[in-house]
Amino acid sequence: MSSSDEEQEQKKNGNGGGILDFIMNLEDVPSKLSPHLELIKTRVVCSIDAPQHTDTINYSGAYAALGVDNSVRLDSFCQNFKVEVKKLTDDDIEFDMIGIDPSLANAFRRILIAEVPTMAIERVYIANNTSIIQDEVLSHRLGLIPINADPTLFEYPDNAGGENNEKNTIVFKLHVRCEKGQPRITVKSDELKWLPNGSDLIADDTKPNAGSKPKTFTSFSCSQDSLPEFSKKPLGPTNPDIILAKLGPGQEIELEVHAVKGVGKTHAKWSPVATAWYRMLPEVVLTEDVTDELADELVTKCPVNVFDIEDIGKGRKRATVVKPRACTLCRECIRGGKEWEDRVSLRRVKDHFIFTIESTGAIPPEVLFTQAVKILEDKCERVITELS
Amino acid sequence: MEHGSYSDQSKSTFSLTDEDHTFANSVRFTLNQDPRVTFCGYSIPHPSENRVNVRVQTTGDPACEVLKDSCQDLMLMCQHVRSTFGKAVNEFKAIKNVDDMDMN
Repeated sequence: MSSSDEEQEQKKNGNGGGILDFIMNLEDVPSKLSPHLELIKTRVVCSIDAPQHTDTINYSGAYAALGVDNSVRLDSFCQNFKVEVKKLTDDDIEFDMIGIDPSLANAFRRILIAEVPTMAIERVYIANNTSIIQDEVLSHRLGLIPINADPTLFEYPDNAGGENNEKNTIVFKLHVRCEKGQPRITVKSDELKWLPNGSDLIADDTKPNAGSKPKTFTSFSCSQDSLPEFSKKPLGPTNPDIILAKLGPGQEIELEVHAVKGVGKTHAKWSPVATAWYRMLPEVVLTEDVTDELADELVTKCPVNVFDIEDIGKGRKRATVVKPRACTLCRECIRGGKEWEDRVSLRRVKDHFIFTIESTGAIPPEVLFTQAVKILEDKCERVITELS
Repeated sequence: MEHGSYSDQSKSTFSLTDEDHTFANSVRFTLNQDPRVTFCGYSIPHPSENRVNVRVQTTGDPACEVLKDSCQDLMLMCQHVRSTFGKAVNEFKAIKNVDDMDMN
């Protein structure tokens, strides 16, 4: 194409764009949503009897009649998405996720609870239990102990009758006895002793051939503490002080447990989080000035001190919103008649999530979230390959 | 597994095993954002069966391709979420380390 042709082409396009731009810039052609529709789209309004506009408007053509495009393209998502960490400790994290749809936030939450793998005690071999706690109750309690082991270093157990080896099983033993004449003993989780060489218990009654080792419940090919990933830090429960049982004089517990890898949807003991939850950011708006006695009343109405008083001179006071994040939407401030409902508007921002993850201790909370997002990615990949 | 017709590929139902609301609702969201989609929805036919049916109807493109694109979009969104989250955590840790040093 010659340069003059190119110029003409540009001119044509430019003209076409120009006309469209001209139309779009006319005053009565909306390019953005009008404020009341924007409010319905982005906020849940919590009125006295029920929340309103709770649904998210996802359909790309929802506002087509108004000339507004409602689709979220990837680049606009990337521009608007923000994460702000508010609190981070060894066990929990609180962060704000801004500019994301609840369907994704909920997917992350569901994956955190049910699909991020951890290690948990699955099999209990009880050699002796003369305590008052029954075998099955004790086994259940053992199962719920969080195990401080990185599940990425292990494989899922082979359910097809494969053997338990050093790659999929962690073995602990517990042997506690309360001697006669001694005070009662509390058995805590730190009594679980790691057996890096595998099971100590003999699996069958047949006499082993002379010289060969008797068959146990596991077949480790090497000791786990010789592996570089476990040699630095021995495996064990994350908390040393979980009470398992109490023993009276003369009572004894002797058992061996096998921990394996699993996910929370099989059994809650494999869930890596105590809880993971989110809430939408509360927004408190004073729709009219609240002054003097009314301001005092408003401040005392709120049980979590969302409001405060500011001085506006001449001895007059006005209520302001200082801590909207603390609002629990108890709606105490809009109780007491229609006039209060008109003064205060309680809302929630639909795409702003205050996300909290409490880890059980095996995996740091920030790693948990990263793993959860990765799992959703893997799901997508699986479906794409299945469809191709 | 795809259930549709050979003559008209613009509408299909996809039956996905071992998936639940977690994936189906997320992909429903990304499908809805696609201007080529006229209808999409999902259902779980029976609660004790690990299966979801995702229905996709388009303006003309093959439903399979549109669903694939949506999965791709969802994957890219997740990658962006992961990198943004990683950055935010690192920043927070850096600030906290500086604060701790100031305290000492």
